Amino acid sequence: MTTALIGQPISRVDGRRKVTGAATYVAEFQAPGLVHGAIVRSTVANGRIASIDSSAAQQAPGVIAVLTHQNAPKLAYRAHKGAPDPGIGERLHVLQADRVSHQGQPVALVIAEGLEQAVHAAMLVRVTYAPEAAITDIARAEPVPLTPPSETRRGDPDGALAAAEVKLGQTYVIPRENHNPIEMHATIASWDGDSLTLWDKTQWVHNVADEIAAVFGIPARNVRVISPFVGGAFGSALRTWPHVTLAALGARVAGRPVKIMLSRREMYYGTGFRPHTVQRVALGASRDGRLGAILHNGDQETSTYEEFTEALLNATGFLHSCPNVNTRHRLAPMNVHTPTYMRGPGEASGIFAIESAMDELAVALNIDPVELRLRNEPEQDEFRQLPFSSRSTRECYQAAAERFGWSRRNSEPRSMRDGRQLIGWGMATATYGAGRAPASAMARLLPDGTAEVASAASDMGPGTWTSMTQVAAETLGLPIERVRFTLGDTRLPRAPVHGGSITMASVGSAVQAACRKAREDALARGGGTNDVTEAMRRIGQPVEASVDSTPGDESQRFSMHAFGAVFVEVAVDPDLGETRVRRIVGAYGAGRIVNPKLARSQCVGGMIGGIGMALMEHSVVDGRNGRVSNANFAEYAVPVHADAPPVMDVIFVEEHDPHVNPLGVKGVGEIAMVGVAPAITNAIFHATGKRIRELPVTPDKLL
Amino acid sequence: MPGFIPEAAAQAADARPAPLDLVLRVNGTEHRLTLDPRTTLLDALREHLHLTGSKKGCGLGQCGACTVRMDGKGVKSCLSLAALVEGREITTIEGLAQGDQLHPLQAAFIERDAFQCGYCTSGQIMAGVACIAEGHAGSPQEIRDWMSGNLCRCGAYDHIVAAIQDAAGATGPARGG
Ligand code: FES
Ligand code: FES
Repeated sequence: MTTALIGQPISRVDGRRKVTGAATYVAEFQAPGLVHGAIVRSTVANGRIASIDSSAAQQAPGVIAVLTHQNAPKLAYRAHKGAPDPGIGERLHVLQADRVSHQGQPVALVIAEGLEQAVHAAMLVRVTYAPEAAITDIARAEPVPLTPPSETRRGDPDGALAAAEVKLGQTYVIPRENHNPIEMHATIASWDGDSLTLWDKTQWVHNVADEIAAVFGIPARNVRVISPFVGGAFGSALRTWPHVTLAALGARVAGRPVKIMLSRREMYYGTGFRPHTVQRVALGASRDGRLGAILHNGDQETSTYEEFTEALLNATGFLHSCPNVNTRHRLAPMNVHTPTYMRGPGEASGIFAIESAMDELAVALNIDPVELRLRNEPEQDEFRQLPFSSRSTRECYQAAAERFGWSRRNSEPRSMRDGRQLIGWGMATATYGAGRAPASAMARLLPDGTAEVASAASDMGPGTWTSMTQVAAETLGLPIERVRFTLGDTRLPRAPVHGGSITMASVGSAVQAACRKAREDALARGGGTNDVTEAMRRIGQPVEASVDSTPGDESQRFSMHAFGAVFVEVAVDPDLGETRVRRIVGAYGAGRIVNPKLARSQCVGGMIGGIGMALMEHSVVDGRNGRVSNANFAEYAVPVHADAPPVMDVIFVEEHDPHVNPLGVKGVGEIAMVGVAPAITNAIFHATGKRIRELPVTPDKLL
Repeated sequence: MPGFIPEAAAQAADARPAPLDLVLRVNGTEHRLTLDPRTTLLDALREHLHLTGSKKGCGLGQCGACTVRMDGKGVKSCLSLAALVEGREITTIEGLAQGDQLHPLQAAFIERDAFQCGYCTSGQIMAGVACIAEGHAGSPQEIRDWMSGNLCRCGAYDHIVAAIQDAAGATGPARGG
């Protein structure tokens, strides 16, 4: 009876709003009496505030209040850790003490009637510091083990490496990168007595409510968070950052709604970043290309007050078959603000090192890079000793290689040319975990044959609005235009964090379960018809179902990941050292694809992100004071239209995974970013004979 | 970021500007406004006229999210002071469709899925309309070159170019210049 909607390339249900300017992002909500906040930030990386003179700011036109640690209300800062918060350490407390731990830390907040007045008055706040020595350069920092230490070992990696017929060991470096969503972070805070409404750019409305409630010492039910459209985030809106607290604090003091929108420059000092990462990989192999040893160490920057960790080395344990493996993860506490997850967190960085090293091994052994990986294809997750719920690496290599024309590759570096351009072909493997978290959803069938379905999920771009509507309509047995899905409001049933590619698996499963229950209830009461519209007409009143959907023990029984393969063609100008990506082909085994049109968008978007990571992106930190010297779009280069490869090809291989979750989906948002950078640097080696192990590969490194 | 402005510059900027009365013509309608003279066209649209379709992605002329048409040309509205564009004919994304009838480029954006988060989209469409009107949509490469001032962090470039090609075809070959 139901129409097949899952799997259809349906256009976005929110598309019309987005192309007409009618989609309302958080900074665009109206609140009566709204005033503006501007943040004053520290100009030293470590030390104490010696004095603050805000008299000039106080007297500036339109200024309502200037808050500093000297006059700001003391906040409760009750313990609270959401899933995206580091497990070890304590979040930054704002305007509570004179201590400064990083460049750009908020030291004052100006509230004024007008935006221009607030920004101007913030310039008038005069702050002096008693600076102390600061560490802002990972080369001068002292990496220490995580709490608890993160080291894994199977077999005898050192012995196996020493005994290997062929071995290599290299260091791979990824600089700090910033998410840089085009929408800057913004919050509007409005109090009504002891209740607070926040319109906040976030990937998790409920966590914002929990965090701000803890900070202010009020019940979470008193905080409503609204966030229907998120203008990109890529991880920057996972945590609840200090500016959200400042907006609420400002609104409380001013007694009026306050809006804070960060400047582009502020986005480099308060919304996290992908940490600077130094990795050492040693591989040992037999001459016929069987891996005998992998040693993979990684050091990453973190703040002095929190231990940020990502799954940097996890994939090393299961990506390729190898009996002897050692991984060791350490952190370097520095005078920076805490890094956070950025698209493909962990895997994107770790796999850059592993897949670069695999390419180096292929060259050393004179074995085709695809063939080398096939010879080391594992039968199960050798780290956890569990079967994969599904793993389509072979199919991905084959499908992408065929589409790419890999068999025509001359393996000799510098052997392929197009006029003066050096042409290189490279590839890499990709993987990302397929997780699922508890989620709730509500489905309400109405007598007129329409339905309302809701969950407090987010949509930072992948198409949650649309894909959930598809799942709901198909499950209810209604045409898609008769189903309205809503998200992004703490008044709706709780959803998990919108990140880690878990939204479809988690919220989708809840939506499906709620819709199934509503439909069954309606048909049971509908007097024998099998048509839900007819049943609802007969019932004559709403039929509602709410479901809490939780994962089972599948993640204990299976190793669950999406896998993929990325193939790239680059052209390198031998005189200018400039690299252009000409073609990119990605094949993904990501379970069921709910909407291939939107999933393709996610994948090409990830590829563009990977091009940025490989060739451009680098938050340049001044080692003397921790300032980011290129904190804007003119100097922090991100890919533009002209950088997009003329040929971008995305293949979803058929994959039926009965274990991973009820919908059989794995998500593609994160994996799309993984493997792209090493495929590009491997192609650059093939083009030029130069192995660049430090990203980004800017022209100077090739000349 | 205020903390980084040298003190001398901040002091020098400590003028007390009187509000200005002005009239902006936006999407064919005249709006009377009293504004801080430092107000940009973008902030006038977003904060004062509540025409929030034009987006702020940098305020520095570096991202293109704020692109509007002024007297038929694509401009970045964050780089104009509102007070300096009195009398100009300004078209924002809200003024592009004819009633319920989407502009061909708006329709092509939906059809081609030329966006994800949608935050750069108003600017891409306004710049895309200008790209077509000014005769620079002759080939994918020409479109890529002309559209390179409009950043899309979601990386929808491939689909944006396809949408502009579709719309350029629909509105007739606009090659020239
Ligand atoms: S906001 Fe105008 S160019 Fe970025
Ligand atoms: S669609 Fe998100 S920035 Fe372009």
